[in-house]
Amino acid sequence: MVSFARGFCRLKFTKAPWSFEVHCSVGSELFVRHKQISAFTSVVRCHGEYSKLLSCYSLLTHGQRRHNSEIPEVDRVKKDPRYDRTLRDARFSKLSNQDLVEFKKIVGDSSVLTEAFELEAANRDWLGKYVGTSQALLRPRTTQQVSEILSYCNTRRLAVVPQGGNTGLVGGSVPVFDEVILSLGAMDNIISFDEGNGILVCEAGCILEKLDSFLAEKGYMMPLDFGAKGSCQIGGNISTNAGGIHLLRYGSLRANILGLEIVLANGQVIDSLRSLRKDNTGYDMKQIFIGAEGTLGVVTKVSILTPARLSSRNVVFLGCKYFTDCQRALKEARSNLGEILSAFEFLDRKALDMVLSHSDGLRDPLPDSKHSFYLLVETTGSCFNHDREKLDNFLEICMDKGVVADGVVAQDNQQFRSFWQLREGITEALSKAGAVYKYDLSIPVPYMYNIVENLQHRLGDLAVVMGYGHLGDGNLHLNISAPRYDSKIFSLIEPFVYEWTASHKGSVSAEHGLGFMKADAIYYSKSPEMVQWMTRFKQMFDCNGILNPYKVLPGSSFKEGSRYRNVSNSS
Amino acid sequence: MSMNPFCEIALEEALRVKESGAASEVVIVSMGNEKCTEVLRTGLAMGADRGIHVATERPLYPLAVAKLLQALVRKEEPGLLLLGKQAIDDDCNQTGQMVAGFLNWPQGTFASKVKVDKSENCVHVEREIDGGLESLRLQLPAVITTDLRLNQPRYATLPNIMKAKKKPIAKVTPEELQVEITEDFDILEVVEPDKRKAGVMLSSVDELLDKLKNEAHVL
Repeated sequence: MVSFARGFCRLKFTKAPWSFEVHCSVGSELFVRHKQISAFTSVVRCHGEYSKLLSCYSLLTHGQRRHNSEIPEVDRVKKDPRYDRTLRDARFSKLSNQDLVEFKKIVGDSSVLTEAFELEAANRDWLGKYVGTSQALLRPRTTQQVSEILSYCNTRRLAVVPQGGNTGLVGGSVPVFDEVILSLGAMDNIISFDEGNGILVCEAGCILEKLDSFLAEKGYMMPLDFGAKGSCQIGGNISTNAGGIHLLRYGSLRANILGLEIVLANGQVIDSLRSLRKDNTGYDMKQIFIGAEGTLGVVTKVSILTPARLSSRNVVFLGCKYFTDCQRALKEARSNLGEILSAFEFLDRKALDMVLSHSDGLRDPLPDSKHSFYLLVETTGSCFNHDREKLDNFLEICMDKGVVADGVVAQDNQQFRSFWQLREGITEALSKAGAVYKYDLSIPVPYMYNIVENLQHRLGDLAVVMGYGHLGDGNLHLNISAPRYDSKIFSLIEPFVYEWTASHKGSVSAEHGLGFMKADAIYYSKSPEMVQWMTRFKQMFDCNGILNPYKVLPGSSFKEGSRYRNVSNSS
Repeated sequence: MSMNPFCEIALEEALRVKESGAASEVVIVSMGNEKCTEVLRTGLAMGADRGIHVATERPLYPLAVAKLLQALVRKEEPGLLLLGKQAIDDDCNQTGQMVAGFLNWPQGTFASKVKVDKSENCVHVEREIDGGLESLRLQLPAVITTDLRLNQPRYATLPNIMKAKKKPIAKVTPEELQVEITEDFDILEVVEPDKRKAGVMLSSVDELLDKLKNEAHVL
């Protein structure tokens, strides 16, 4: 059956057990999409004539595979059903050899990676849940190169995925289809550091842990910290407005970023890289890029305010019987630890069991009894005696009031690290345990744990539901661990989790962002009018929509036709 | 100030001996300036019954520590003396052996297993040596120094930390123990080992071969 529509030729062939749709536009490339088990995606060039299409078809039915960096589509769909309802936007061009030649002219031969084995890691996210089929990864070393790359891609209408450490958990850092990967990893210079004021200026590809080590020597520290610090890059942290364990103490990145240098989709460089603590001249445009997940512009340089690294750190691991006790402990911590409180995390028994069973060398600090909830409370201050006194006082109050059933104080650095490893190692343990469905929710603290219990009740024996997270910020990491990815389990989880969160006026993504995973879920936490404004911003900053497409904003928010201007009309 | 890890293991073993019924009391000793009381508090929080702080500002080396311990042992008359095999600040590994010599007690060093046999008034010690495991039977009272694999020390839990505040720490000086601390040697110099030089990033195999041949001279 053949139908024609405005320069498109659509053919549908059915041959059991295969069926595929062929989309092509006359005069350009033919894109074929297979939809059955153990099928492969192929791209075949064609000049749009019907007879030639038929000969392409015969090639395809013999299962010709063009690219070996592809994966069977049904695997992707099983892991995230959003793949099933996302089509590659045919308005994006396909990568050509000429494009590669141009890229090589901009960044040099060795900074353009095209081999399948080189691209494998970059095409796949940290969870192994989101996999793309990009054929090119670019590693610019300067802002000028980033600008030239984006300018070229915008003219050619090539979609681009900016990529930092690739540690995101919502599929926002990997291609959905064949977008070109723009890796910032080679831009890892520290530009300057103001030792009197703690202002650090560096490039976006700097790894968070390396920055922290650099600052440690100067008596400062990065204001954010979380499990991925050994791999994540500051540019990515900014683009996702990353949170972490110290948000409670040092505030979010929105508060600590003093300046940014950004490259827009058309290559224009926006230099907002001031290092001023206060600057009320006009609208604070850099704020819109923080947390935009690479969809409005690419961050290339950062100016960040860093706090002093204080000498006295303590961490305690506490066991509580009820979730209400955890909340009471938080209140006591705020009143009695006050300004030295630097982290307040919680984990439930199942999360502790998970991390203990998958980590060598970690042991339960409170082995004498199984508590339902555990708290990890950290203090950071400049005077050991003062902090210890406050901590002892806080602990005594908690014990007296029966808020805490038992607890341990870390006596030295090694114990300190191992307590933190109990909390930070849960994510990795979950990945090792099998399939994991991850949700990152902001929920008013009094109701926070209810979703864990409700969901476990819903799932019964099918999966194990656990909760842990930044209790001090009202942020729950809801994780469902199952032996394998299963659409039945998934259908019990979504949209229940989102609807429950929306009904409690929470956020469906506290700190992980929307990425690819939750691009359709924004309406659970933002009004349609707000989303419309976001869409207008997106169209304004990236008229061809080449930056990180298919993510963050729902496709439905873009009206057909109004999303793109014709390339030939662009100014 | 944190407890020397090997001493922590020794304390854990002492607590286990007491829990097995072979001992009635665990006394912990620390020698030095005021910071020692913190370490003693931690030890009491782990479960020790009382602490003794030998207060001195002078630097202490194994010979002096051994003499002080000998004086304390004469006062307290313990049935078993447990020490860490060495301190991680000076790495001397001498105190346990010297105090056993002074007291003329049997010693089981680098213990990886300890079992007190009250009925025979002895202690069985397994030691890790080059060739394997050596089993000793020592007549009590004895000196044992502990090695890493003996046990994993317990954490000090909150209720015990609270209780520890009320446990006594006695303070005593070397003069009261009639021990003279002499300095038998001078440390002339302490030097850090040479820093490892940073690696060099190479851009091709040809460059690697060139460097290996002409700079490192290994080809």
